[in-house]
Formats: sequence, structure tokens, C-alpha cells
Amino acid sequence: MEAHPRLLKALEVRLPDDHCKIMPFIVKHDNTVLYGVRDAVSGRGEGERMAGTPSCQDQAYQPPTGPVSVQPVPETLAGSVAGGPAQTHTAYGFVREYMAFLLPRDLNLLWTIGAMLVAVLALMLLSGLTLALTYTPDASLAFTSVETLERRVPFGWLLRSMHMTGATFFMAALYLHVFRGLCYGSYRAPRQGLWGVGTVLLMMVMITAFAGYVLPWGQMSYWGADVAGKAVGAIPLVGNTLERVFLGGDAPGTATLHRMFVLHFTLAFAIVGMVILHVAVLHAKGSTSPSGPAGQNRARMLPFHPYFTVKDGLGVVVLAILFTLVMCLWPGLVTEVENYRPANPLHTPADIEPEWYFLPFYGMLQAVPSKFFGLLVSGGAVAILLFVPWLDRGTSATFAAGRWGGLRWLPRVALAVLVCSFVLAGLAGRHHVQGVWLLIGRLATLGYYLYFLGFLPFYSRLARKEARS
Amino acid sequence: MKTRRSFPVRSFAAVRWHGLGWLPRVALGVLVCSVTPVGHGAFTPSALAAPPPGAPAHAPAQNWSFNGPLGHFDLGAVQRGYAVFAGVCASCHSLTQVHFSDLGDMGLTSEQVTALAASWQVVAGRDAEGHLKHRKATPDDALPRPYADPDAARAANRGAVPPDLSRITQVYPGGPDRVYALLTGYVPAKVPASGAGTDAERHPAPTPPEAGFANPYAIGHRTAMPPPLRDNAVLYADGTQPTAQQEARDVTTFLAWISNPHADDKRRLGVGVVLYLCFLACLLVILKRRIWSHVSK
Repeated sequence: MEAHPRLLKALEVRLPDDHCKIMPFIVKHDNTVLYGVRDAVSGRGEGERMAGTPSCQDQAYQPPTGPVSVQPVPETLAGSVAGGPAQTHTAYGFVREYMAFLLPRDLNLLWTIGAMLVAVLALMLLSGLTLALTYTPDASLAFTSVETLERRVPFGWLLRSMHMTGATFFMAALYLHVFRGLCYGSYRAPRQGLWGVGTVLLMMVMITAFAGYVLPWGQMSYWGADVAGKAVGAIPLVGNTLERVFLGGDAPGTATLHRMFVLHFTLAFAIVGMVILHVAVLHAKGSTSPSGPAGQNRARMLPFHPYFTVKDGLGVVVLAILFTLVMCLWPGLVTEVENYRPANPLHTPADIEPEWYFLPFYGMLQAVPSKFFGLLVSGGAVAILLFVPWLDRGTSATFAAGRWGGLRWLPRVALAVLVCSFVLAGLAGRHHVQGVWLLIGRLATLGYYLYFLGFLPFYSRLARKEARS
Repeated sequence: MKTRRSFPVRSFAAVRWHGLGWLPRVALGVLVCSVTPVGHGAFTPSALAAPPPGAPAHAPAQNWSFNGPLGHFDLGAVQRGYAVFAGVCASCHSLTQVHFSDLGDMGLTSEQVTALAASWQVVAGRDAEGHLKHRKATPDDALPRPYADPDAARAANRGAVPPDLSRITQVYPGGPDRVYALLTGYVPAKVPASGAGTDAERHPAPTPPEAGFANPYAIGHRTAMPPPLRDNAVLYADGTQPTAQQEARDVTTFLAWISNPHADDKRRLGVGVVLYLCFLACLLVILKRRIWSHVSK
């Protein structure tokens, strides 16, 4: 209702000439853009539009039937731009609907991370496919094939450093994405499904990252696979069998490389499918925003294009600058030098540690004296994310209304404790939880779990109590 | 880039070989090292704490042309370094991952690479009597190894295997600074007071720490590698005086280059891409502000 008069006018008028006065950039684009914007308005009068537009939730949304309906978009799009907006239930209509997707206008920088993740995923997929043309998953050839890539395959050095830097950036962006979800309660009803798909996606990405790290068959690859195999072997009853299945033998070798390569390759495409599902659910349920329920007012929403395409585009370019700086000028930040030594089963490195993104979980694994319970605790640290929507039973409405009995600072402090615990667990993992780090690692593990098992249930109960009274 | 860095910076750089440098590890290192067992401490780089006995001395930072994010390899030094490698190091050390064609990137034409490869002999199967046959190498060949396998290397070097040098400045703790320090840091052999007789007595059963050559930059301050460089060990084509120091400098530059041959390409690309992306980001900021100009918060 408080939308700016100029905006309403821009949405109301349908003639390109009028658009020209208000939004010059839109007219300069091709027709798709214009129709996308017009569709968001649906041509009704101002008051009508507010009353009659269905909300995000009950919009008659046709879920895309997997990648099939997405893949042919470019061709159909090209055809329909020439042919005009005749088809509505085709891929063209699909794109139009996506471009007109309404988002709260107060989305901050943390909401552009999703676009960054898509961009990095595309980069990983393309560079990975090209790398796979040279890579050989064989214990005696893998290291040399990676060296060949880096030394004499045309632009192999560029592809490999993109893929390596991409792994770090993808995981970093993913952690920030999860942090944003926890910070703003993106998992609350009606978006539990969105959160669930996202958490499964996180697990798949972690498995893919681990499998990918084994492939170069350097010292850290080999001993990382060895440690992971032993961790799997710590599961009671089935552990030994699982370890043999995982490694394809008693020790990491060619069979392990084959497994990891297939896992890395197939999961990459499964991730693409899950991302499509994630985005589809997002479109069905709508996006959260920093302002909570206030941001869900459709009158205060803006179409995805051009408002958020330009914002996400800017976010992606800023990420690309950081990415290039790290990849080209400070590559030491993302490379583990020990992995430039070929795998040597006879020589255990003094310091076996995973990539930085697994360090918090590695720390938790080591902080628990029992191997199996350590595995449970560190695996549970990821799995608990799945249950967050049920640990925090509040809704965004009760949260916005609640006064917290003077505890308004509590969520921020709890979240800060969670982040600190995560970082400290990582530092403890880096120091192999020796000496002081054992205590720090245990405290960090406790702090991490306390957020999910202590704070979230308490907080939502408090909110509901206040909402009732 | 080329200024000498202060001690904390240098010690931080020394920590970098171990993994991610952004973790505030040095500050906490003092705390940790007080409780870290000494055996582990030998591999835990904490320059601020007292090193355990036998730990290699800290190599002084050198002013390399390739230092820093915007450094570049001095290809003249790389080529001279190749001469030192081929003349001195290659008799014991291998560069298994390197092909002759890779050496073209140090500023050679393809004819020069072919000529350079032809100066090496590679194994070409066996003849009717089972003896190894040799032929001149071609650019597509890998550099030949001095020893057929680790056992042969061990037998020829009194139990030590000379490490492969393909990635040595990356994987060697301390990096190029320590390679240079090791090459130039040999302590002149002490002549025992009682003459050579005592020395000969010792040799039949050398105790492990006394084997090899004294060098403060080696683990345990002993290395199995005899002092490799001396003045005029090679003849430089460009007229540079081949002193031992100069040879060490050049061969370290060569090894740093061969460890990361495309670093210069990467840096050049990075600078261009970042400049372009900054320009693009400015345009996008303007575009974003215009598109959002009529949106009230």
C-alpha cells in the first residue's frame, strides 16, 4: 500500500513508451523482459491488483518436472521472443513466471549468496567436466595425470585452479547461506521443505567435496581417505564391511579412486537436480526477508527481473573479484602443499588434516574420546540441521510479535556463540585437539549443540507463551 | 613486495607452508607449544617458540623476483638455473613430472627446446642381449631419472634417496628461502685435532646423526647431500659470473619456476580480470542504483 507512486505507475501502465519514461533500462532489453514485468502487474487497476493478486503461497504454481522443462529454455525462449507471447504454459511461460517472481524488497546482501552459489556451481561443473577429460582415476596414474593437467594441458592450470578455488568458495558461500537461514529463521513454516532440501544439498556437497579432494592422489588425499575409511570402520557391527566397501579393499587404492571419481561425478549432477528442486520450492513458498512477516506484504514486493537480477549480478561480480584475487594472486590460501607430494602409503604425514571446511567437524570427531561417538557427534552436527524446523516451533508471526520478556538480545548472543563454537571447533581440529585445544574443542562442540538442542526449543517456547498471553 | 619483512611477518610466512595462513596460529602457537610434545613440535612450525634441538635453522628471507602476489620469474635466472640443474643436480635428482617441452616456457623457441632435449639421453628399450639402449631425447620425453628406482638411489647415496624436485619449493618446508639457505649454508668440515685417522676410524660405523654433512638448515643439522655447488661449476652462456652464491640463487629460481611454471600467466591473467571485473562492478552499481532509484525502502 505504501509503494512509491512512481513504481505503481510503472507497474500499471502497459505501453512500452510509458515504461520508457519510468524504467529506461527495461525497454532497452528484449521483449522477454517487458512481458516479465507486465505479467507481475496482470494489467489490473491499482486497488484491484492488491486485492486480487493471489499470495505467493496459493499462486497456482506448476512445479517444473525436473531438469526436462528447464533444459530446453534457451531454444524455446529464442523462438518465442520472435513469435510473441502466445504460449503461456510452455517453457516461455515458465521463464516469464520466474522473471516475474515477487521478492521482498528489503533483501540484503546475504540473499545474493544463493545467486553466487549457482554461479560457482556452474563454474565447478564446467571446469570439472573439462578436467575429467584428462584425469585418470588410477592409483599409479592419478597424480601424474593431475601434474600433466597443471603443466602441459592447454589452460589446464587455469581449469584446475578454478576448480580448487571454486571448492573453497562454494563451501564458504554455502556456510554463509546456512548461517543466513539460521539467522533469519528461513526454516520456519511454511518453508520446512525448502530448508530440508537445502540441508540434504549441503550434505551432498560435502560428500562431493571430500570425494573430489581424494582424486589428485597426493599425500593428503591418500591419508584423508585412510582416516575417513577408519572413521567409517568405527561403526559397530557393520563398520568393517562398510570400510571395505568404501575403500574397495583394506587400504586406499585404485578401487577407492574409482569409487570417489564416480561419486564425485554423479553427485555433481545430483546436486544440480537438487538445486533445481530447491529453487522450485523457493518459488512455491516465496522468500523470507530480514523484516520477517512485514516483508511478505505483496504490495511491497518487487519482481525478480530487473530488480534482483541486477542485484544478484552485482553480487556475483563482487564474488568473482574475490575469487580471481584468491585464485591468481594468493593461491596459497586455498592449496594444501602436502598434496603436491604423491601419495605414499609407507609415509604418514606428521599432520593429517582435512580442508578447512571440514575442520570444525574434524575437531568434533577428535574431541570425543570414543571413535564411534566422535563420528556420531560430528555427523550429527550436520544432521541436526535437518531437524531445526522441528526444534524451533515458532512461526515468524509469533517471533515478530514477541517481546521476549526483555530477552531480545538472546537470539543474537546465541547465534554468536554458535558461530564462535563452529570456528573454535575448526581451530581445535587444526591443532588435533591437543592440550588446551581438547578443552576448547569440547566446549565448542557443546556450544554448537547447545544452540540447537537448548536455545532453539527454549526460545520458541518463550515466543509461543508470549503469543498466547 | 621486495622489502625485507619484519620478523613476525616472516615467521607468519614460514607458517604458511603448512596450510591456510589466515588462521591466527602464531599467536596461539606459543600457548600450544608449551603443551605440545617435542616429537610433534618438530613438524609444528612455531617460529616464536624455542625450536626443539635438531630443528632446521630459520632460513633468512631472500629478495626473490617471484615473491609476493605481483612478482614474476626472472627468466634469465631461470635459464641459468636450468644450466646448474642439468650440470649439477640432475646427476642425483629427478624432475619426474617435467617434459622437455615444458622447458620452452622459460623463454626458449621450439628449435632451442629440441636442441636442449637432444643433449639428454633417454632409455629406448633393450637390445638383443638385454642391455639398455639409449637415444637422444625429444621434446615429448619426460626428463630421464638418474636412478631406475629408489633402491638404486639408496645404494648409490649411502642410504639416502635424493628427493624429486618437480615441486620442491612448494613441498619443502621453508620454500625457496630454505632451498637457497641449504645450498649455501654448508658448514666447512671440521678437521679433527688428531688428524684423519680418527675420521677413518669413525667411518666403518657412523652413528646416524654424524652421517652426512653439517648444515644448519637440514633436519637434525645433517644432510646426506654433499655440498653440490662450487665456483665455476657451470659455464653461463650470458656471461654472468658463476659463483657458488649465484648458482644457488639461479637454481633456486629455476626450481621455484618448475614447481609452479604457470604462476606468471596466472598473475597476469588475474590482474587483467580483476581490473575488468572492477569496471563491470562499477557499471553494475550504476545500473542497480538507477533501477532501484524509484523504490522506497
